[in-house]
Amino acid sequence: MLLTLDTLTVRRGLCPVVERVSLTVAPGECVGLIGPNGAGKTSLLRGALGLLPASGHSSLAAMTPGARARAAAWLPQAREIAWGISVAHLVRLGRTPHLGRGLDDDGAVTHALSRMGLENFRDRAATQLSGGEQARALIARALAQEAPLLLADEPIAGLDPAAQIATMRVFARLAEEGGAVIASLHDLGLAARHCTRLIVLSAGRLVADGPPREVLTPSLLAEVFDIRAYLSDTPDGLVFQPLDTLHHHGGFS
Amino acid sequence: MIPQPSLKTLPDQRALVLSLVALVVALFIASLVVGPAGIPPGRGLLALFTGQGGAEVLVMREIRLPRAILGLAIGASLGLAGAAMQGFLRNPLAEPGLIGTSAAAALGAVLAIHTGIYASFALALPLMALAGAGLSVGVILMLAGPRGNALSLILAGIAVSSLAGALTSLVLNLAPNPYAASEIVFWMMGSLADRSLLHVALALPFLALGAALIATTGRGLDALTLGEDAAASLGINLTRLRLKLVLGTAALVGASVAVAGAVGFVGLIAPHLMRRAVGARPSRLLPASALTGAAILLAADIATRVIAPERDLKLGVLTALVGAPFFLHLVRRMAREV
Repeated sequence: MLLTLDTLTVRRGLCPVVERVSLTVAPGECVGLIGPNGAGKTSLLRGALGLLPASGHSSLAAMTPGARARAAAWLPQAREIAWGISVAHLVRLGRTPHLGRGLDDDGAVTHALSRMGLENFRDRAATQLSGGEQARALIARALAQEAPLLLADEPIAGLDPAAQIATMRVFARLAEEGGAVIASLHDLGLAARHCTRLIVLSAGRLVADGPPREVLTPSLLAEVFDIRAYLSDTPDGLVFQPLDTLHHHGGFS
Repeated sequence: MIPQPSLKTLPDQRALVLSLVALVVALFIASLVVGPAGIPPGRGLLALFTGQGGAEVLVMREIRLPRAILGLAIGASLGLAGAAMQGFLRNPLAEPGLIGTSAAAALGAVLAIHTGIYASFALALPLMALAGAGLSVGVILMLAGPRGNALSLILAGIAVSSLAGALTSLVLNLAPNPYAASEIVFWMMGSLADRSLLHVALALPFLALGAALIATTGRGLDALTLGEDAAASLGINLTRLRLKLVLGTAALVGASVAVAGAVGFVGLIAPHLMRRAVGARPSRLLPASALTGAAILLAADIATRVIAPERDLKLGVLTALVGAPFFLHLVRRMAREV
């Protein structure tokens, strides 16, 4: 197992934002972590990494920081690039846990850049890229870490459709190569098409866990997301399209 | 095995550091041969190394040598501390005094002048300044908490700076006579004049300790480019990094203020001058900024002797006079780039 959570609970003050979540993630899985805003997706990922104090057990949080950095890469939702370093140097920061171990750091950087289609951006200042290009460079940074498990918080938000699909393909490929990915996603269509498994969080609890076809039922969509949607197996694969909200005003209420 | 930077930039970086070293060496020698005594450079240097030449030996060894060493060491310390502080806070406007150490060290020194104890024991002033710096570190770490983030550190620093500043004003306010008050004001302007090798011996251990602490932060500062969460996930121990940074900066800045008074702008300007040349990488900026700081302070100290040798122009006044317009220029350039 690349990740084992046992009754993981994360509290903000007294209020639990993640409550008794247990799950395991094995090599080969591309997991979509879905749930409405405020469901606790980010807190679950950060708690699992040990970046937030949590009770219960997480196999990652139990490791030393150095060992954890080699076991799992983390792509935070906030896309921070403080200085105008070159894209190659930015991606190279992913090698931080491996430096001095005699590994092929340059090769890892080049491989990560080509996976995200950034070969021509190597020497550009990272702060001068567009928002979407910066997001791709930061994903490449996490890929360069070459950890078996990648945890990504809304990695495809703000990317153009081609980059979204390409990124989900990269994640699926990582899983096929024997790694695993857990990505929190709001685009249920892309989650349904590219993930091998969906985990649904609602108000801090794990309410569904399984293959996309079994998880995205009308009743779950109604209860958790307050929407109804079109879902169909087509020759092009699973197609999911949200259609409408369920409450009557059709706006925020 | 040392991590290798991208081959493309390696020669550039080495050339940059080597040319900065050459500049600092040249300014160091210039600092040794420029002065009101009017000793010819060749004879002065000969007297310094051979000890032959009576009064000239005294001037070179007791007056100019300590001054040049302090200019180099303090300039380098301020440049290094500034680069480290900007990297840690991910803010190009941060300066080494931000965590309150310089204000607290100044308060200690001002108290030594006020009470008059430095008149009977010359090292009382730097020692009390160091005590002030040490005390401020304790307060900062207590206020910001063991796991506090960059923002809590800034806020704690502002609180300590304001309190130390207010207390310094109080001491001035209560000065027993105008002479003591003017002495305090002149000290606070910062200077390297009339420092002895005792000052050097007192400051150097702290400066070396601070530099050693900061020198180990490069990898952590680089990782912080991605933010605190990502840096922590890369295996960087942020609590330890912050402790090293606060202690290192306090040692560098505290000892600098203790022997030279408040010399502003060097720690702010030096990192800016070098940021583009090192490709903005925080770890590469540390040595480049330290060397640049040394060059700036040596040059400024030479300038105080050349511009108005008889008026005792204060070093801190000069760095601020030159530094502030230069800083405005940088701000304008940044504003245009955004």
